[in-house]
Amino acid sequence: MTTQTASTNQEPLKAKDFATDQDVRWCPGCGDYSILKQVQTVMAEIGLDKDNTAVISGIGCSSRFPYYMDTYGMHSIHGRAPAFASGLRMANRDLSIWLVTGDGDGFSIGGNHMLHILRRNVNINLLLFNNQIYGLTKGQYSPTSELNKRTKSTPMGSIDRPVNPCAFAIGSNATFIARAMDRDTKHLKTILHRADQHHGTSFTEIYQNCNIFNDGAFFAFTDKATKPLTTVFLEHGQPLVFGTERNKGVVFNGMRPKVVDLGSGEYSENDLWIHDETDIFKATMLTRFFDDPSEESALPRPFGVLYAVDEPCYEDMMFEQLDQAIEEKGDGDLDDLIAGPRTWVI
Amino acid sequence: MKTDVKTRKAVTIKFAGDSGDGMQLSGGLFTSSTALTGSDLATFPDFPAEIRAPAGTIAGVSGFQIHFGSQKIFTPGDTFDVLVAMNAAALKTNIDTLREGGTIIANTDGFDKKNLRLAKYENGANPLDDGSLAGYQLLELPVTKMTRETLTDSPLGLKEKDRCKNMFVLGFLFWRYSRSLQDTIEFLTGKFSKKPDVLEANIKVLQAGYNFGDTTETFTSRYEIKAAPLEKGTYRGIMGSEAIVLGLITASKKSGLPLFYGSYPITPASEILHGLSRHKNYGVKTFQAEDEIAAICSSIGAAYGGHLAITGTSGPGLALKGEALGLAMILELPLVVINIQRGGPSTGLPTKTEQSDLLQAMYGRNGECPIPVISASTPADAFEAIFEACRIAIQHMTPVVFMSDGFISNGSEPWKFPKSSEIPDITVQFAPPKENGDTYLPYARDERLVRKWAVPGTKGLAHRIGGLEKEAETGNVSYDPANHEYMTKIREAKVEGIAEFIPEQAIEIGPEEGDLLILGWGSSYGVIQSVVTTLLSEGHSVAHAQLRYIRPFPKNLGNLLKGFKQVLIPEMNTGQLASIIRNKFLLDVKQYNKIQGTPIATSELLHAAKELL
Repeated sequence: MTTQTASTNQEPLKAKDFATDQDVRWCPGCGDYSILKQVQTVMAEIGLDKDNTAVISGIGCSSRFPYYMDTYGMHSIHGRAPAFASGLRMANRDLSIWLVTGDGDGFSIGGNHMLHILRRNVNINLLLFNNQIYGLTKGQYSPTSELNKRTKSTPMGSIDRPVNPCAFAIGSNATFIARAMDRDTKHLKTILHRADQHHGTSFTEIYQNCNIFNDGAFFAFTDKATKPLTTVFLEHGQPLVFGTERNKGVVFNGMRPKVVDLGSGEYSENDLWIHDETDIFKATMLTRFFDDPSEESALPRPFGVLYAVDEPCYEDMMFEQLDQAIEEKGDGDLDDLIAGPRTWVI
Repeated sequence: MKTDVKTRKAVTIKFAGDSGDGMQLSGGLFTSSTALTGSDLATFPDFPAEIRAPAGTIAGVSGFQIHFGSQKIFTPGDTFDVLVAMNAAALKTNIDTLREGGTIIANTDGFDKKNLRLAKYENGANPLDDGSLAGYQLLELPVTKMTRETLTDSPLGLKEKDRCKNMFVLGFLFWRYSRSLQDTIEFLTGKFSKKPDVLEANIKVLQAGYNFGDTTETFTSRYEIKAAPLEKGTYRGIMGSEAIVLGLITASKKSGLPLFYGSYPITPASEILHGLSRHKNYGVKTFQAEDEIAAICSSIGAAYGGHLAITGTSGPGLALKGEALGLAMILELPLVVINIQRGGPSTGLPTKTEQSDLLQAMYGRNGECPIPVISASTPADAFEAIFEACRIAIQHMTPVVFMSDGFISNGSEPWKFPKSSEIPDITVQFAPPKENGDTYLPYARDERLVRKWAVPGTKGLAHRIGGLEKEAETGNVSYDPANHEYMTKIREAKVEGIAEFIPEQAIEIGPEEGDLLILGWGSSYGVIQSVVTTLLSEGHSVAHAQLRYIRPFPKNLGNLLKGFKQVLIPEMNTGQLASIIRNKFLLDVKQYNKIQGTPIATSELLHAAKELL
């Protein structure tokens, strides 16, 4: 999402200026704290005007977010934040609008709205806090939980297959798809900046640890020891390199991606997949890098901007049509409208 | 042979044919021609539920009814005097509603073997010649044949030629009712300006139908209906759904707020979405949402953003919007939810009319959730009523449920429309920007208990709103028990307080006190007017009162009801308003109820009223 920035004659705001006086009530150690801090920092860095910023959320742990942001905000109803945010955007093109949702809010009860905001490309920053669990209702499996997850509602293990959020986004014709994690704050900030610069719906999936009900869900990706082996950080125009010594890469083996060892002499960086965030085919494949990291041949999980293209956004086209209608028919006259085309006198 | 011209006070005609026979267009054109003669009128279409049911079948019959006369016309008519039957199925579907001795104008070409079989006439018996229509006056017109003959020289294909046959019937009716063809020719000229062959064919067939009446000696009677004693002024025809569109745009202009309409297609409310989307040059933003829930939620988002936000639906959609409606109520944002009622429950009778969502509108939400309810009574009344719904929403910072039904939305009547300068402005109170950096109190209230509308983008007013219970004034989340009770009562008192800002309940016709009051809401207006007019002329002490404001009720309603020995409430439901009135005023009101997907007939209500007198 692109945004307007604050007028320059004021003292620049700091991250803490975006915090409210309300006590933050997430559980101690929750990954949400880190995300809150980074969002406040990025808003200050962008130079947003608090009075021209709105944070809209649904229901769930992550959806408490607006109460902690000293901007305009709405804590709406379960799953529907995309619809509220879209309506607000259609009413006001100048606001910076941030939408905060979770895996249950965004992909279970609100799955329909997620599909439609993405395909419409409404100019909004959509942050999906994915912790693969229902936290606020105290620990049931979520639509992103892995198969066979044992929770209070699934004592013998869950039997529904998980949704892949980035693949869903690409299937919905999203124009910006990124992935970040709560524990890599520097990278998260970079991605939030990129998301904000995108004109249209920016979809950012953030892996977030729920230390109470699903602790360690993403440790394979976030832990220092395993992170280099399980993740690949994408950069536009750069090869897909990862590994402790940056000694691994991804190549195309025919039509399929394959992990190769750069140390053996068989492959060099020149042979690798070069990331092109504007390439829908490559991006589609990247969303399918979704293996269980514990598997031997697992592809690394991609972080960064998987896909970003410029497409017209919904409200711009809506306003264009309004202008066009006035150009073609003239500014509507109320008396003409009320009288209609056929009248008679008695 | 000279035809004599007979004068009639009122006539009801039903145009009936196959969905593809152009009955809605014929009916519409006959209506505008009728309006120009100065007659009063009321119309109602009767669509099949299927979009394209097989041609010639009972399920495919489409109808249009018009009641017009030289006196005040209140309803489209219980029965009709004339039935235009374009095929056998149209006759079979409608014959029971034709009055005894009425006239059938039948297209004999629509009664061939195939049509008779599709209409399921036993053993292919043709009602036109088996004597079963002996009690009626039967006018047989070989419409299809004559249409084709008229167009022998036309370059059109046979299918296109046959599409003109509704014009033959229309032309014949114009002859029968002593009308000029001018208005219809003007309309056709506009409609087919880019298709000169089609235009020429339609006009030729229209004239042929007229001339057929003029030159065929079989038809010796013509009729004339004089102008009705309508108030002087400039009129237009108006359908209920159209009146809502105009009322909404008027409210937008008079409040200075851009209009946002979020909706999901649903019969019979889609007409409003279509209507508004044609008026983008009035700054109207329409949003076809992905579902009913997104429709109301996007509207709430737009309301938060400072727009006049509306969502429209029918009963099943209102059920889906319930949770979000509760949010709009607790947020205290202006919003109008339009409910064009249809037969329920569940999918029910989508193309039929009913008034069975009143209790849903009043109570169909979780928690203590008071919301004003406003109702339209006639197609033209919908203009003022929707304007009032917008005024109350904006000035009292509350969602409002606006009730109409299929009968009002699809019905039409002449409307002496106002000049825009005669319509009052709607003043809006936005919270002004703050420069001093003090904490803003989003839920501080004025003497009417109304909070101010603080729109994102306003300097110094950044604040959070949400569905959790709020602390008074600050709006911060609060689980305090006493605060919850206080806020519940404040929200209730705010809505009840609207009674101070609406007109007192008036009697439509009849005495202020007497033996019987017939109390109506919604589309029963016409039938009650008709019945009370009759009873008054017979010397009974009867009056009619019609509710526009159902929540809150006008302040004087209780006293007004107590001025009558009996109160009768006719409704197209099992007695929903009656139960609200009983509950509120502890009055033993009587009910008349009909739940058949069709409006209450004058004869039915007259009978029910007379039993109480």
